[in-house]
Amino acid sequence: MCSLALFPPPPAPGDVTLYEFNNALVSGHIYEKLPLAVQDQLADLPVLTIPKETLKAHTRLEHSTKPAFIHHQETLWKRCLNAWRDVGMCGVLNEIANAEEADLQWMKTGSRWALALCHWVSSLHGSLFPHLSLCSEDMIAEFSQAVDWAGCSIRAFAWHPHTSKFAVALLDDSIRVYNTNSATVPILKHRLQRNVASMAWKPLCASILAVACQSCVLLWHLDPTSLSTRPSSGCAQVLAYPGHSPVTSLAWAPSGEMLLSASPVDTAMLVWDVSTENCVPLQWFGGGGVTYLAWSPDGSKVLAATPSAVFRVWEAQMWTCERWPTIKGRCQTGCWSPDGSRLLFTVLGESVIYSLSFSEYSGEMQGQVGGSKTASIVADLSETTFETLYGEERIGGEVHSIVWDPSGERLAALIRGNPETPESRTIIAVFRTRNSPVFELLPCGFLQGEPGAEPQLIAFHPCFKKGALLTVCWSTGKISHIPFYFVSAQFPCFSPSHSPVVALSSSSASVREQPLFSEL
Amino acid sequence: AGTRGGGVAAGGWPRSVLGWRVAASIAWSVLLLPLCTAVFISISSIDLFHPIQWISNSFNDWYTSYVIFCILLMSVVILIISIFSVEFYAVVPSIPCSRLALLGKIIHPWQVIHSVVHAIMGMLVAWCAAVMTKGKFQFLAVPCTASESLDGAVQHMCLNEYHLFLLLSGAFMGYNYSLLYLVNNMNYLPFPVIQQYKYLRFRRSLPLLVKRSCVESLYLVRNVCVAYYFFGYIPRAWISTTMDLNIDSKLHPLDTLTGLLDLSLLYHTWLCGIFLLITWHIAWLLFKIYATEAHPFPVQPTFAEETDQCLPKILNSNPPLLIKFLALQDLMLLSQYSPVRRQEVFSLSQPGGHPHNWTAISKECLNLLSDLTQKLIMQQEAAAANGRVNQPSTRELGRSLSSSEEMAFQTQRSNVVSRTHMPSLVKSSLLPLKALSTSDLGSSFGSPFSSPSSLNRKAGILDLNSPWNGSIQSPHVMRRGPKLWTSSSGGDLRFQSPHILLFWYNWNIVLTVQILGSFCSLTQVRNFLSKRVLIMYFFSKHPEASIQAVFSDAQMHIWALEGLSRLVAASFTEDRFGVVQTTLPAILNTLLTLQEVVDKHFKLPHASSKPPRISGSLMDTSYKTLRFALRASLKTAIYRITTTFGEHLNAVQVSAEHKKRLQQFLEFKE
Repeated sequence: MCSLALFPPPPAPGDVTLYEFNNALVSGHIYEKLPLAVQDQLADLPVLTIPKETLKAHTRLEHSTKPAFIHHQETLWKRCLNAWRDVGMCGVLNEIANAEEADLQWMKTGSRWALALCHWVSSLHGSLFPHLSLCSEDMIAEFSQAVDWAGCSIRAFAWHPHTSKFAVALLDDSIRVYNTNSATVPILKHRLQRNVASMAWKPLCASILAVACQSCVLLWHLDPTSLSTRPSSGCAQVLAYPGHSPVTSLAWAPSGEMLLSASPVDTAMLVWDVSTENCVPLQWFGGGGVTYLAWSPDGSKVLAATPSAVFRVWEAQMWTCERWPTIKGRCQTGCWSPDGSRLLFTVLGESVIYSLSFSEYSGEMQGQVGGSKTASIVADLSETTFETLYGEERIGGEVHSIVWDPSGERLAALIRGNPETPESRTIIAVFRTRNSPVFELLPCGFLQGEPGAEPQLIAFHPCFKKGALLTVCWSTGKISHIPFYFVSAQFPCFSPSHSPVVALSSSSASVREQPLFSEL
Repeated sequence: AGTRGGGVAAGGWPRSVLGWRVAASIAWSVLLLPLCTAVFISISSIDLFHPIQWISNSFNDWYTSYVIFCILLMSVVILIISIFSVEFYAVVPSIPCSRLALLGKIIHPWQVIHSVVHAIMGMLVAWCAAVMTKGKFQFLAVPCTASESLDGAVQHMCLNEYHLFLLLSGAFMGYNYSLLYLVNNMNYLPFPVIQQYKYLRFRRSLPLLVKRSCVESLYLVRNVCVAYYFFGYIPRAWISTTMDLNIDSKLHPLDTLTGLLDLSLLYHTWLCGIFLLITWHIAWLLFKIYATEAHPFPVQPTFAEETDQCLPKILNSNPPLLIKFLALQDLMLLSQYSPVRRQEVFSLSQPGGHPHNWTAISKECLNLLSDLTQKLIMQQEAAAANGRVNQPSTRELGRSLSSSEEMAFQTQRSNVVSRTHMPSLVKSSLLPLKALSTSDLGSSFGSPFSSPSSLNRKAGILDLNSPWNGSIQSPHVMRRGPKLWTSSSGGDLRFQSPHILLFWYNWNIVLTVQILGSFCSLTQVRNFLSKRVLIMYFFSKHPEASIQAVFSDAQMHIWALEGLSRLVAASFTEDRFGVVQTTLPAILNTLLTLQEVVDKHFKLPHASSKPPRISGSLMDTSYKTLRFALRASLKTAIYRITTTFGEHLNAVQVSAEHKKRLQQFLEFKE
């Protein structure tokens, strides 16, 4: 098992991790010049800072236009009709119970009783699944992959799967789309685009962005050749389903024809045929909802985490699932190996990474997920004290999110420090991984940002040619890119156009130390 | 019903598979019948005040002989209903483009038979329901309550109107089901978005089915009550005279308000409706699920006699459409999930070394796609041609051209009209006709209070040949017609009101024309116009419907696109003999041409670019949005090929124009 004690000590305070080269993470001062070869490849990637102060806060919290009008007393009958249309049965009961008319005493008492019964039933339901009593913003903050969803200026981040283009969802409910090839930065705003929890670009498509909002899923159709900076809300397609809000997670099929959406409130996850807006609910009671979705890169399986101590792995051909109870808490996050044969996941309340292997996928075994009997612990990330030149540092804790790079060579884990001890901090640990012939997990190092900046979100660039590129959104609102230069063992590139940087690193990549986690 | 299937009767191997599927679906719906019946009996005899007695009573009722007889009878009903759905199913929906076409469908002999049989079946189910409900509903003839006072010796039999009401409501519901079956295209078999086991699909749809049946039954009860209130005395009198039954004078007749406001009657009618709809809908749902289940066709025959059953052969022959759809679906599935079967597709024939499988499959897919391209091009050409003929001024065109097909229709008709109505027309009078159809006069026609100068101008023109001033309005009326259509895609009520308004405008104009000295009598014009409006109502094509009709079989093309593109993408690593490479230029060519044509189609002014909202209903309306699915999957298909092959595509020989297009796709700029 790999543990934090085997890691090299974190960089000196004030230093920033710049890149990985020759199997080691290089850190330095932020103003330090990067080597020329490194600089070349990163020149077109925008490094941004979006501080919280520049974002305009919500001017109005109320969604409806009601407060703008003078209050006008209508008849009870009419109000009930309106309440029925807006809120439903509960609204009607509420309206009757709070009516000022004197003559309907028995109706008022009756509706009060009915309301009380409703509340009691819902509280019973809530006691089974405590997350249902949260308000929707708290719920999103609870289940989001961002460390501090409610407070940080960046709420969600998504790389386009094929090009150097990414979308950033901000605190003010707008989304900005940055493209390395063009200077225009479209800003997406929509009436329904509130409290964005997650975003995903459609694969095998130029630019369709799915956005998980509080009340629905929005689908932005952006014209890649357009120069407009404010696409109209007519470009957005609204996918709404009753009882399916807030949406906290989205996943596109890697082949691009289906979209999955999940809400912690809804026990069903929805399979959307986006172009026709048809949806198929995949109902599975137990768990009380679905919080996080991850589709394996080969398209064969889907991880669906629930708010209770159980998660499911769906097989994406006949849509049957395997149920995995965990011991301690709910599954917080998970990621798939590139070939879809291994799932790494973490559980709330435990500072370890579990691994679950699946049998090799082929179309002949219809309707079987093929998971192994038990999950094994591959890394222990519990708190460890490092003695450095600058004093003692305590690092470790629960893992908030993990991402695996598309080549399967690097794994980044965002470790949230222990909230009780003030000196422990949120940090990113990077592992070197190998998936075949046996699974190996080796320590690589810690990533450190500018002083005072804590990592918020992490994502790997989907098609970085020279190794892997990790994008980190920091709590200061900065988005930085950290390249890892190596030659992929699985897909070696023989093209002569390689930079000397990679040529250098290839010689050192062969020198491997003793594997620290190995299946052998 | 141009695409009626009826493929089960024909012989051959894949058809026998279909036969088995139909048999299984009927068997399951018959097996589920006792369950539905038990639930029905329990609910219809519900007694909340004596729960134990209620439960024991309903337990006892389940085994009685008449319940078993009813179940047997209803099994026959289910069988007949299923035979009708087998006979009427279609994988390509038939979409009526105008009201007249819909009317024609309703009075089509086949549909009349369908309706009559369904009405009879509905009556049978209602009879079973009445017998099982017991109480006052059980028999048609009951002893009169008033008979004892007259003379105790002879028992007079009276008509039980409650029973009659249930029977008639059953017939009404059956007929209504048949009508909705036609209007909602319930005979259309939609293929599922995701593959799921049959049981899971059934379980998923069941709650919605029950809910929709309950709601629908509620509306039906309302309609039955209204119908019975007005026409109830006819069947009552008829039955009582033919069966020599008296009418009980002590009881309230049911075609009065007090008679109809019987809660137990309404409740039991409602339950009977739910029972009927649920059993029939279950049979329909099971047939749909069984018929659209994926069927794996072998790619390569293991024995010589199996040659007819393998995928390439079926794709290239002309089987019933359902078989073709299943084969294409299987092609899509194998290209996505099964490396072993893909290998068979890429393999070479044993003696000779020809890639027969790949050639056959790719040829058929390309044929399908180029057929679609041809169809779209022809449609666009028709649209463009009409645009030119009807192009008096571009401003007008932009405003009123809402559907190309309407325009085609209009020009044709306006020519006919003007010819018939101007027998002695001088050549020069063609000019005012043209002038009238242009926008300046058209707009003055549109406003009820037009300025005197324009009126004068009009009068001047009209004076030239006053006998046909009625027909002058015709281009105008028709020009406005389609615009109204598009603005009111929702309901007929909204459609009506602008027409009335328009009628009023025309009326105004006609008045002025008359004042200005035409000979034509007012009534003549009015009659003529009202006829026109009525004709318009039936003949005008719904633009949305005609687009849907063009893409009604697009599911086939979507599968062909997906299967082909996935096979090509898989060939990058799996094709050992390079069989795909030879057809790659043709495939790219077809896809890019189709992409161009589809792009152009969506740029036509009438094509809405967004799919309409679909409410959560039991009926599948996915055929209405197939064109959007086609557009999306076409793009995905091209991207799948370009992302897999990348820069290697530059070596493929395609025309310069397509090369440019491909470059766009490679840079993700489409």
